[in-house]
Amino acid sequence: MKNRHLVGLVLALSVAGLSMFVYKVTVLGFPVAPGEIADTWTVEAAVSFDAGPGSIRANMYIPTLMPGFTILEENFISRGFGFSSQLAPGGREAEWAVRRATGRQTLYYRAVVYRDPGSRGEDTVPDFPPPPTLDEPFNTAMTVIVEEARAQSADSVSLAAALIRRLNDPSADQNVDLFSRSAATPQERAQTISTLLAGARVPSRVVRGVMLQDQVRDASIVPWLEIYDGNEWMFLDPQTGSRGLPDNFLAWWRGSRPMLHVEGGSDASVSVSVRRNSIDALLLAEARAERRGSRLVEFSPLSLPVQAQAVYSLLLLIPVGALIITLLRNVVGFKTFGTFMPVLIALAFKETELIAGIVLFTLLVSLGLMIRFYLEHLRLLLVPRLSALLIIVVLLMLGVSIIGHKLGFQTGLSVALFPMVILAMTIERMSIVWEERGASEAIQQGLGSLAVAALSFLVMGIAIVQHVVFLFPELLLVILAMTLLLGRYTGYRLLELRRFRALTRPAS
Amino acid sequence: MIGLYRALKRSGVVGLNARNGTYILPRNSRHLYPLVDDKLRTKALAIEAGMPVPPLYGVIETEHDIGELESMLEPHQQFVIKPAQGSGGDGIIVVVGRMHRRATSYRQVSGNLITIADLQHHVSNTLNGQYSLGGHPDRAMIEYCVRFDPVFDRVSHEGVPDIRVIVYRGVPVMAMLRLPTRMSGGKANLHQGAVGAGVDMATGTTLSGVLGNDVIDEHPDTGHPIHGIAVPQWDVILEAAARSADITGLGYLGVDMVLDRELGPLMLELNARPGLNIQLANRRGLQPRLDTTDREAPLDADINARVAFARARFAHTAHA
Repeated sequence: MKNRHLVGLVLALSVAGLSMFVYKVTVLGFPVAPGEIADTWTVEAAVSFDAGPGSIRANMYIPTLMPGFTILEENFISRGFGFSSQLAPGGREAEWAVRRATGRQTLYYRAVVYRDPGSRGEDTVPDFPPPPTLDEPFNTAMTVIVEEARAQSADSVSLAAALIRRLNDPSADQNVDLFSRSAATPQERAQTISTLLAGARVPSRVVRGVMLQDQVRDASIVPWLEIYDGNEWMFLDPQTGSRGLPDNFLAWWRGSRPMLHVEGGSDASVSVSVRRNSIDALLLAEARAERRGSRLVEFSPLSLPVQAQAVYSLLLLIPVGALIITLLRNVVGFKTFGTFMPVLIALAFKETELIAGIVLFTLLVSLGLMIRFYLEHLRLLLVPRLSALLIIVVLLMLGVSIIGHKLGFQTGLSVALFPMVILAMTIERMSIVWEERGASEAIQQGLGSLAVAALSFLVMGIAIVQHVVFLFPELLLVILAMTLLLGRYTGYRLLELRRFRALTRPAS
Repeated sequence: MIGLYRALKRSGVVGLNARNGTYILPRNSRHLYPLVDDKLRTKALAIEAGMPVPPLYGVIETEHDIGELESMLEPHQQFVIKPAQGSGGDGIIVVVGRMHRRATSYRQVSGNLITIADLQHHVSNTLNGQYSLGGHPDRAMIEYCVRFDPVFDRVSHEGVPDIRVIVYRGVPVMAMLRLPTRMSGGKANLHQGAVGAGVDMATGTTLSGVLGNDVIDEHPDTGHPIHGIAVPQWDVILEAAARSADITGLGYLGVDMVLDRELGPLMLELNARPGLNIQLANRRGLQPRLDTTDREAPLDADINARVAFARARFAHTAHA
């Protein structure tokens, strides 16, 4: 009954912690390893034209529905132009306008996009397209081709694939020839297939975009086919008829209209360049969380002022240390002075580094012990004795720092980070154990504490541990669950195996 | 290592985690702890129940009282000063004699002489909680120094040998004789170097002993065999142990008894967290006996019935 309660609690804590962790990693893309780098792509469209005598208006499609990608940031650069962006048939449109300009004008649109498997080209459900009105003999040829393709297909996507195959067929009949002759470029070809599909009353459209590759100037606009199969939009390569969208295809706009339209200017051209950049995966995750309206980042240590973040990056390690102490004491069976003294010493080691830390700690405790033995002769009452010890510890720390500094031994300065009260209590308890149980027991327990502290330091010093507990504080719930479980661990401690090993032999 | 783990499990050894998690936490309510953690309260309870305990000479409660220490000790040649809430035998001074030269010196059981000033400092430390659990302010008690029964003379070095009985749910389940050694400085605590010898629950005769974690057959200081010594008044000891569980209400209890040559078995102190070395001393795990008690013992019966159950079921030959 009690156990079931505990197991339930442990499960609930673990599920809560882990699900939040998994959500942050998989959906928001929080990096699990420190210093993880994420790829982003900077795409830039440079629009240029010669200004005409009158007012000028330039309209250009800009990306909006991008399956597999999301925009991190975008900006529009123009001098003297009024700018607006709006939704237009086929996508989103940037509009630059100016009443008067002279000479060649260049306008820029720049977007930073990142790969986002969660982003899909969501769209409204299209109507069935009206049958295209074509002149003869195109109309008859279309009817024949569609009928033939329909006979070889099962659904709209396979119908489209069949049509593409027919158009690719070198030994095509004259019906096909009629269409393939007028579809020389990939753009025209995609448009032709879309027209034929409309003839079969299958909703389709041509999506145009660029292939993201590093360092490409003047990237070519690649057409792709989108076919609505009654549930969702499917992608088809208009050249080969194979399904799906290439990983690096960035959809830019849809429909048959040109990307750029300039009124009042001449010799207009647009060129798209692509560049790959790397940014800290964490920045990307934060941007993504913000875009999704997720509050998780807002309620994480990342939302704190930087100074407080520094404090918490240290504090959040304490539970890890506590777990290690629990393991070492209750599962391994180590003895230490004070329950959490080793964790606090380990935190101090973070500043002093391990070897210097151990040397300084040993030095302070030994000096403190010597003075404590002297104090014993004075027969002081307990509380004044502890206070005296604390004062002496502070003096010793100061002395070590000053002498270390004079000798050019800078690590001596960090001795100030040792928790002095803990140090004083350690010296006191060690001296009592020394008196009552002998030097070997005292030194043994002292070394045990030091070993546990060093071990905690090593674990808490692992970069990924620091990174993970700071970025995913919800994992502390899992650590809590583990300590709760350890709280009901009634098996042997490892050192008990040695202690009781005489009992494994048959009794005489 | 796994094999060792399984072997321990098979021999029914109770580990620290199991003792704490399975027996002490559920069986010993925390509010009962003060009854046994404070030896003065334990003594009062025992006297009320008519159990024999070492007579109390005096209690020192405040720093001011320390001034009266010398006059309090005046009428007694032999006495013990101990912290009321001490643990593990720490902070106990046993004085067995006196020496008059320039000033009065007290001779400890180890032969060392200490002055009244030393005793006063010790008592002051005690009052300040140096020896108490958690460092709480404490009281110092001065009581009768047990003059132990000569039956254990040849297997103990100074100090007072005592008998530890583990009582589970009112049923004595395991016992050992603790023999002081030179190493333990006259104290009967195993972790301070005393020898523990298992005791057959049925007959009250000793089995082989254990020193530290090693099994031994002879006392390290006297060289006499530890095995086969009959503990006198065994039935009285078991009865007192069972009664101790009744008067405190603790379900898992260590009872420490001493044998005084004149006063007979005396209950010295109780322990709500008794150590596990008793298993080594008996070369038996506690688990089977605890399980048997859970399953079959007459838990609601009177003390005699429970003691009879223990003697019948937990004989050394019967492996239970």
